[in-house]
Amino acid sequence: MPILEVEQLHKSFGQTEVLRDISFSLEKGQVLSLIGSSGSGKTTLLRCLNFLEQPDAGVIRVNGETLFSAADPASQRMSEIRKKRLHFGLVFQSFNLFPQYTAKENVMLAKRLLARDQADYKARKREIFAAIEAEAIDLLTQMGLKDRMDNYPHQLSGGQCQRVAIARALALAPDILCFDEPTSALDPELTGEVLKVIRDLANQNMTMVIVTHEMAFARDVSNHVIFMDDGQIVEQGMPEQVFGYPAEERTRRFLTRFRDQ
Amino acid sequence: MELFFEQLPIVFRSLNTGFLQTLKLFFVTLLGAFPLGLVIAFGSMSRFKPLSALVRLLVAVIRGTPLMIQLLIVYFFPGLVLDNPIWGSGESGRFLAASMAFILNYACYFSEIYRGGIQSVPEGQNEAGLVLGMTKSQIFFKVTLLQMIKRIIPPMSNEVITLVKDTSLARIIALQEIIWAGQSFMKGSHGISGAIWPLFFTAIYYLLFNGILTVLLARLEKKLNYFR
Repeated sequence: MPILEVEQLHKSFGQTEVLRDISFSLEKGQVLSLIGSSGSGKTTLLRCLNFLEQPDAGVIRVNGETLFSAADPASQRMSEIRKKRLHFGLVFQSFNLFPQYTAKENVMLAKRLLARDQADYKARKREIFAAIEAEAIDLLTQMGLKDRMDNYPHQLSGGQCQRVAIARALALAPDILCFDEPTSALDPELTGEVLKVIRDLANQNMTMVIVTHEMAFARDVSNHVIFMDDGQIVEQGMPEQVFGYPAEERTRRFLTRFRDQ
Repeated sequence: MELFFEQLPIVFRSLNTGFLQTLKLFFVTLLGAFPLGLVIAFGSMSRFKPLSALVRLLVAVIRGTPLMIQLLIVYFFPGLVLDNPIWGSGESGRFLAASMAFILNYACYFSEIYRGGIQSVPEGQNEAGLVLGMTKSQIFFKVTLLQMIKRIIPPMSNEVITLVKDTSLARIIALQEIIWAGQSFMKGSHGISGAIWPLFFTAIYYLLFNGILTVLLARLEKKLNYFR
């Protein structure tokens, strides 16, 4: 059974249809890249998965459980959405780190707040917090930020900030980690360190959905590629196929434009 | 000259008493207007249109009319128009009426500053909190609030310093604050009359107090400089 199934998703902003009949599925441990020009709907799709936008039609399932169904209002209750969100993690283009917290505090914050829901929170608070901190240190070390844990975001480079943001998302152990153009806000010389971290995660079989303009990276790291244009999926398949032998004229044109740059 | 030094302790005692009332009005106003301003700010940002329209109208009226008129209305309206003098006639009644008018007036000004502060925190901060499974109130208290406070300290400092001086408007309903105390020596009080210099002395009280406030507020602003 696929870990993620999306069926016939539609989304409009006013008169503009930004997503049209989007359907795909993703197996556990696989990496899906969403490519396409700006305004093609990739980011909106990612935001729908993370409940930041509400689709007008369609179904989203994770591990067979229906998280969202436009036909079923019960699936759209705010209190439940908060829990459902935790199936997904999202790494933003502009990091969105919390500026008043250190790198480590950024990673720990949400987990500490969620721990309040545990029945034994009051009795074991110290123990729980120690475990959360140990895990945060672990994650940041994994991201190569061992010496930067107590720095505030404004003291870090863009690449370091994005790696903190990745650690922050991983701290909640999401089933699927989503990236919204994770390197687009970075200086070219800093993209490498972020892409390397994502590549490492792929090697550890983290299930990921990546919106990216880094074509070489997408080709290299993904198991599945979706090319979107004008709110629709134009073509999808294995990276070798979509990049090597695109079936659609629109895909070919898009890829040529990228090769020319 | 000798007379002056004889009168000085009398005048200072009187001014001190008046200034105590000034300080009381100042702190009570802040204590009330800080939270009420937040309530008004949320009201004006409400997605329920009738509520936000009503709150914005209130803010427009309060900000568009002089505090002095508001003081007079709050103090005299219940007694003269409704025939129900809820404030009583003593100093405590005047203080209560002045507090109400000041709190409402300053809450409206604060609400606009709060609103600007809340809206200046990037939407991405809210989204990052949501995606991490935080509740709306957790996002407000753990993420947005401190960033908002950092941004509003400079405009709030302005308001706070203005408030110190605005408390003198309560003189219009005969609240016995420091201006009232200073002025009393012109008409005659404690055996001193026709003296204008006590009134000048009141200025020193304001100046000193505002000096202390300015230093404290600057220190607070600096304290939040650890993040951007």
